[in-house]
Amino acid sequence: MELKDYKGIWIFAEQTNGVLSGVAFELLSKAKELKKTSGEDVVAILLADQAGDMPQKLLNRGAEKVIIVESPELKDYKTIPYAEALYELVGKYKPSIMLFGATSMGKDLAPRAMAKLRTGLTADCLDLDIDENGILVQTKPSYGGNIMCKIICPNHRPQMATVRPRTFDPLEEVENASGEIIREAMKIEAEPDFEVIETIPDVKEGVDIQDAAVIVSAGRGVTNKDDMKMIEELAKAVGGVLAVTRPLVDVEWYGHDIQIGASGKTVKPNLIINVGISGAIQYNVGMQKSKCIVSINKNANADIFGISHYGIVGDYKDIVPALIEEIKKEQH
Amino acid sequence: MKIVVCIKQVPDTVDVKIDPVTKNLDRTNIVGVINPFDKNAIEEAVRLKEKHGGEITVVSMGPPQTNESLREALALGCDNAILLSARELGGADTLATGYTLSRAIEKIGAVDIVLFGSHAVDADTGQTGPIVAENLGYRQITFVSKVEVEDGYVFASRTLENGVQKVKAKLPVVLTATKELNKPRYATPIKIMKAAKKEITVWNHLDLECDMDRIGLKGSPTAVTEIFEPKRDNKINMLKGSPEEIAKALVNKLLADKLL
Repeated sequence: MELKDYKGIWIFAEQTNGVLSGVAFELLSKAKELKKTSGEDVVAILLADQAGDMPQKLLNRGAEKVIIVESPELKDYKTIPYAEALYELVGKYKPSIMLFGATSMGKDLAPRAMAKLRTGLTADCLDLDIDENGILVQTKPSYGGNIMCKIICPNHRPQMATVRPRTFDPLEEVENASGEIIREAMKIEAEPDFEVIETIPDVKEGVDIQDAAVIVSAGRGVTNKDDMKMIEELAKAVGGVLAVTRPLVDVEWYGHDIQIGASGKTVKPNLIINVGISGAIQYNVGMQKSKCIVSINKNANADIFGISHYGIVGDYKDIVPALIEEIKKEQH
Repeated sequence: MKIVVCIKQVPDTVDVKIDPVTKNLDRTNIVGVINPFDKNAIEEAVRLKEKHGGEITVVSMGPPQTNESLREALALGCDNAILLSARELGGADTLATGYTLSRAIEKIGAVDIVLFGSHAVDADTGQTGPIVAENLGYRQITFVSKVEVEDGYVFASRTLENGVQKVKAKLPVVLTATKELNKPRYATPIKIMKAAKKEITVWNHLDLECDMDRIGLKGSPTAVTEIFEPKRDNKINMLKGSPEEIAKALVNKLLADKLL
């Protein structure tokens, strides 16, 4: 392998039913930043049955080039045809870096493609950098976030990584950005032995916690289910949505769809208010990039205070009603 | 039905620290256990066997003390256990590990279902299952929360970010198990006693006829250059006073920062 033949920063533009995933824009934003050091092109790879307006959207968000493979066989995400298409594209264009969202699709596809390409893949990155030798330095959490590792893939290309959604901020959308759109003709074999029967979305009331600007999050410190009423009321008062930690999902008070943390979702709201959450690292990694973190906890030594901007030591049963009262006063 | 479960021995806690002197993971007091998600994989294998009959082989790569986890897997209902162990296999990343496991599964031969946990709690990559699937040329179904086998097909539910996906795949397949898949059983004392008497097969790189360029450190494209404990940002502003005073102070600050 001649390493110098490999050039270009690729991002896999994940889409479902013609709608691009937000993580594609986040990856483009980071790829643009990496370009400042490496000078290589930022390329979005789009696999779909019909590209529609997606290539232009990718250009508008920072891609300089979009490579499209269109085929009816690429309509539903299926591991094998998608991995095969990526394998062929890499063989032809030889990118040096290839980034995926650490989503259920990205985590299914990236390792399959990586095994085909026999290169290295770093999972669930929280940061990416290019070192003085032009090598991608990938920072990932291990042991539930207790340890961070820097990982490189010095002698194989492409250097592959999956990146947690909501890790990087997407660039502002510009109108009608120019760039190159390449339609790659490729024969995609049908996969008759694998079928997506149906995809059932979670029944959701209101906004996805990953899209919310304000979140009120409750944890194990809330021992009485009735108390959730006041916490939900606080969420409403601050114009936010409710989220919870793993223990409240484990006791089945709430569903997995509003769980924050390593085994749930990563969020990055403008404001998060943590109620009765001790701050286990598995939780913290899911929300530590929030712009403003407020935490209410009985225990002054709780780990959550280590990553909070505002801390309140006290019983949420006293603090939460007082907060609701105060906000209501302000609104009048 | 021929089933293989691949398991990893991991520390019993993720609350680990870095030794300030060696800058490596402090391994004192670390006890090895079966990765929790791999227990869901074992449980599902046992349930499939109970329903459809067959044979379960549990495989793990690691140093000799990995035997303890393999023995536990036997007590939980696996029929045979194989340890992949040799100095040459050490230092493997996911690609090299996946290759070695694939060689073992090929040697076992004619395997219908290979089960993995969705990820291991230590390195937290979730890559080995899909890598093995690619090496074997098997279809893969990751993050499964429900599995049924009928007429040579697997019907499975997958947990996605915002929903559940139902898929159908022809055997053979690689499946990766989530915690929602089942509730792993406990081993009974009699099964533990029986498992203690069973022999654990050990295969090294020669038994597996491995390509030496694809195992261990040499077969690993990635390298860890540094490990560190995440930095804590300690610019916290503690609010004090009565609940009313605290509420007022906080709301004022949030309004000033345009967060409300």
